[in-house]
Amino acid sequence: MDIKLNTPLTREDTNKLTAGDYVYLSGTIYTARDAAHARMNETLDKGESLPVDWKNNIVYYLGPTPARPGKVIGSAGPTTASRMDKYAPRLLDMGLIGMIGKGKRTKEVLDAVVRNGGVYFAAVGGAGALLSKCIKNAEVVAYDDLGTEAIRKLTVENLPVIVVADSKGNNLYETATEKYKK
Amino acid sequence: MRELDVKEITCALREMAISINHELSPDMCELLNNSDKKEESPLGKQILGQLKENMQIAKDEMIPICQDTGMAVVFAEIGQDVHLVGGNIEDAINEGIRQGYVEGFLRKSVVADPIQRVNTKDNTPAVIHYSIVAGDKVKLTLSPKGFGSENMSKVYMLKPAQGIEGVKEAVLTAVKEAGPNACPPIVVGVGIGGTFEKCAILAKKALTRNALSHNEIPYVKELEIELLEKINNLGIGPAGLGGRITALAVNVETYPTHIAGLPVGINICCHVNRHISREL
Repeated sequence: MDIKLNTPLTREDTNKLTAGDYVYLSGTIYTARDAAHARMNETLDKGESLPVDWKNNIVYYLGPTPARPGKVIGSAGPTTASRMDKYAPRLLDMGLIGMIGKGKRTKEVLDAVVRNGGVYFAAVGGAGALLSKCIKNAEVVAYDDLGTEAIRKLTVENLPVIVVADSKGNNLYETATEKYKK
Repeated sequence: MRELDVKEITCALREMAISINHELSPDMCELLNNSDKKEESPLGKQILGQLKENMQIAKDEMIPICQDTGMAVVFAEIGQDVHLVGGNIEDAINEGIRQGYVEGFLRKSVVADPIQRVNTKDNTPAVIHYSIVAGDKVKLTLSPKGFGSENMSKVYMLKPAQGIEGVKEAVLTAVKEAGPNACPPIVVGVGIGGTFEKCAILAKKALTRNALSHNEIPYVKELEIELLEKINNLGIGPAGLGGRITALAVNVETYPTHIAGLPVGINICCHVNRHISREL
């Protein structure tokens, strides 16, 4: 099913999503990948607050290429989500509602998605030029020293993503492959 | 003896890095453009369509095909009758990569130390494989390697008794484990024989071979065809969301090995299998 959603999402929105749904996201989302997650984790360990309030927000696991002059952003496709598995449950428990990436997640992450009524979306890996066209604004909001790994606030319009793991515990990576196995 | 200024190496690599990150080689374009014809899954077809559109946008608007513009792997085949002048070859190669990545708006994805992890901010150093060959030319092959798929690559030290069936099982296991993480449809480079490091380099080199070609050794060619069919029967499909097209090509290279061993290197690459060569 094709669905249009505006961010920030609510638990009502995510409860209606089912693995396999094709979703067009519009609104504000934030990027963070390996180094930003490691730094956020250290910050939380020290009892300090994060530079982004993740409550009801979506993280896009992305490190873009630099923008050419006059452009908003460079190539902007998803990176492998599993490298953030160590950190994702903690952020989900703090209110993070959705993640956009690619690839398999651990049981701990999938359990945290169910527990918190969240969602894990896949964007098509290696389609960074195409996906960049949906990004209308981008600004670094934290960790500028990390370069491509800085946290960026993105304004997106109809960003195409697919629901892989929903709040009911369905996992498209497991079910879809079975269908075409010979 | 023919003299070649290393500045020509720098200049060539700068251009090659920018070009290959925006437009794939003709073999990869042809494979991707035809990939949706055999796809049975509607979602798979839609994803392959997106990948085709993505390639067109990348080329027309000079936006890198993928944001992971890779770690630069360079194969430098140096003719024994060429005299390199004007500086150190290693510095010249790295300078070409630096210029290409900085001036070409490509991503800087290299950290100076694997544990301390501070970005070098210019995507250097490259990983360089030198070989001395006959003639007075220098052939450079650049393969910027993305790490979503690099991370799913494997080396297996099989027993000789496991033979070709063991090799097939190893490749299928690696592809199954990679699943959606390696950004299918993938290209699989396989190196059989040699030693621990040799099979890995062979696998990397196999990825730089024309993906429409087959190995000249008849049994190896058959193995490539059989492995592609078996991989495409796994059901992983485009983006790992189910379907027929899991791999676009399987390239296998072989080398003599030890009486006690059967090393197998499996280097997985996403559909953005970038390889470009130039002779100077």
